[in-house]
Amino acid sequence: MRETPLSNCERRFLLRAVREGKRLDGRQCYDYRNVRISFGPDRGCCVVELGRTRVLGQVSCELVPPKPNRATEGILFFNLELSPMAAPGFEPGRQSELLVKLNRLIERCLRNSKCIDTESLCVVAGEKVWQIRVDLHLLNHDGNIIDAASIAAIVALCHFRRPDVSVQGEEVTVYSPEERDPVPLSIHHMPICVSFAFFQQGTYLLVDPSEREERVMDGLLVIAMNKHREICTIQSSGGIMLVMDQVLRCSKITAVKVAEITELIQKALENDQKVRKEGGKFGFAESIPNQKITAFKMESAAVDTNNVEEQAEEIITKADPPSEVFATPILHAPGTAQIGEGIENSWEDLEESEREEEVEEEGESEAATSECQRMETEDTSTISKAKDEPIVLSDSEEEEVVILEPQEVPNKTRTQTTSKQENTSKKTFNKRRRKKRAAR
Amino acid sequence: MAALELLSAEGFRPDGRRPAELRKLRARMGVFAQPDGSAYIEQGNTKALAVVYGPHEMRGPRSKALPDRALVNCQYSMATFSTGERKRRPHGDRKASEMSLHLKQTFEAAILTQLFPRSQIDIYVQILQADGGNYCACVNAATLAVIDAGIPLRDYVCASSAGLVEDTALADLSYLEEAAGGPQAALALLPTSGHMALLQLDSRLHQDRLGAVLEAAGGACRAVHAVLDRVVREHVREVTALLGD
Repeated sequence: MRETPLSNCERRFLLRAVREGKRLDGRQCYDYRNVRISFGPDRGCCVVELGRTRVLGQVSCELVPPKPNRATEGILFFNLELSPMAAPGFEPGRQSELLVKLNRLIERCLRNSKCIDTESLCVVAGEKVWQIRVDLHLLNHDGNIIDAASIAAIVALCHFRRPDVSVQGEEVTVYSPEERDPVPLSIHHMPICVSFAFFQQGTYLLVDPSEREERVMDGLLVIAMNKHREICTIQSSGGIMLVMDQVLRCSKITAVKVAEITELIQKALENDQKVRKEGGKFGFAESIPNQKITAFKMESAAVDTNNVEEQAEEIITKADPPSEVFATPILHAPGTAQIGEGIENSWEDLEESEREEEVEEEGESEAATSECQRMETEDTSTISKAKDEPIVLSDSEEEEVVILEPQEVPNKTRTQTTSKQENTSKKTFNKRRRKKRAAR
Repeated sequence: MAALELLSAEGFRPDGRRPAELRKLRARMGVFAQPDGSAYIEQGNTKALAVVYGPHEMRGPRSKALPDRALVNCQYSMATFSTGERKRRPHGDRKASEMSLHLKQTFEAAILTQLFPRSQIDIYVQILQADGGNYCACVNAATLAVIDAGIPLRDYVCASSAGLVEDTALADLSYLEEAAGGPQAALALLPTSGHMALLQLDSRLHQDRLGAVLEAAGGACRAVHAVLDRVVREHVREVTALLGD
């Protein structure tokens, strides 16, 4: 289904907030949302939550023949999927631009930067190598998918253990986890992506944009770096015009953020390792917070509420007093009250003509009823006379409408003629009304 | 295969260039009669063809028409004979889609799309021979094609790649230098204002070296701008001479 478009007033509100240096969730311009990493029971499975954006990462491995031009290297395959449960705009099966962009960015960030030693994945040169497959699923979209996905990918790779293999001549033995402990992958460094959203041709920038901020931004700059301050990938998108010192400034901010996030990842991995070793409970059931329906818990927003009262007072004193105060409501009927009279109706023409019509209608209906009454009281001529009268019944609105005059009708056929007269008068009256409508 | 020195002791690259030297750049505009604009470019051994149709009425779903500007539609494809090994899928795979997106982004920023609301501009680029700097050759060819089509641009869009080998920044990488796996950057620049329409960096590069690489790329882009400008003026002179004043 299509994404609901952002209303203009919401867009203006967000842009003005950015100009004043404020963000909807109370963060500063360079602040990240809370990152929460939790691991599943299997090795290589993790869920990363960046604020409310949630990505699930799973690593698996398989023995395959290598690529012909790289016979001694293992294969790394990344796949990011935008699940339809993440946002209403995502549809299954259709490969959208966003998907291509994100997938390519993850590939370049993790594969081209050689964070994993692919040579160590070789089992028998030219015949068997390990193919490591990283599947990332976006579970909830609240902005900044790329950051969350890159964290999930690298955490899952660090967490993963592959089966141990031994080669004796031509024989290759793959040991199951019971026979020999699985072996971790050899990871050189951990590249993490940091996204910058640009507003107003690069004057304002925000780190870690939320979904609303992403909708109104001019463009995005993604810088992937590891903790050794080596840039792994830079990608600008959205057609923003960058200047070199903007890029250099962003890279400095990235270095700071990446250091923080890498520390967090290390701690999470250590915690999980400890829990598994000690035989404690681990897995999603333990790590993902238990959110009961009957309890309502909100994260505390980082908004400064120290001098809220003074600020509120100021706003109140500056504001205009309300225009008019209606003291007494008018009670029309039990359960229906009216306060004031509302704004004046600006549909003037409509009202006038409506009023005209009403008057006419009333007049006509009155005339009709008076006619009927007169007919009833009178003892007049026969039906034939009524029949002789020309009755013009055409569908054309252009033609002149002939209005029948009240006739002298005989007593016996009183009821019939009256009904006939009524009908015709009604018809003419209807026609008149239609004519009036057309003219309008 | 013996490792090829990317930078010899005397400071020469495998093809005999100096670090900041560009490959030989030759271009022609107006190579096809049917499209509104076309151009052919040769950067060293990389050969690219670009063709522009537009601005014309929206083809396909009318709902995609933008009410206040033109839609730029790009397609990047590599001929099956363009690489060393025959390419099985000329377009439609992830890399080609990504390139198309990048081209679209670059030209949406450079073309004055506000002048053509509810219309579409098509840019088709074909690589005939890929020898490094594919994206850059595409952008340069497409710029010439757009100028040939008479579509107003903010400025020339000049692109060049740059890399780093042993603390020396190299400009305009060839396929050999790209395949070596060192850091490489692709930059699309609007030379007069110095704004970058697209910046792309791959492989590990230390933060301190970023400035040097970007400078090298910027310098190369300006050199490309000089060549493209000359090509455009030559072409205009030729065409007006043929029209007979």
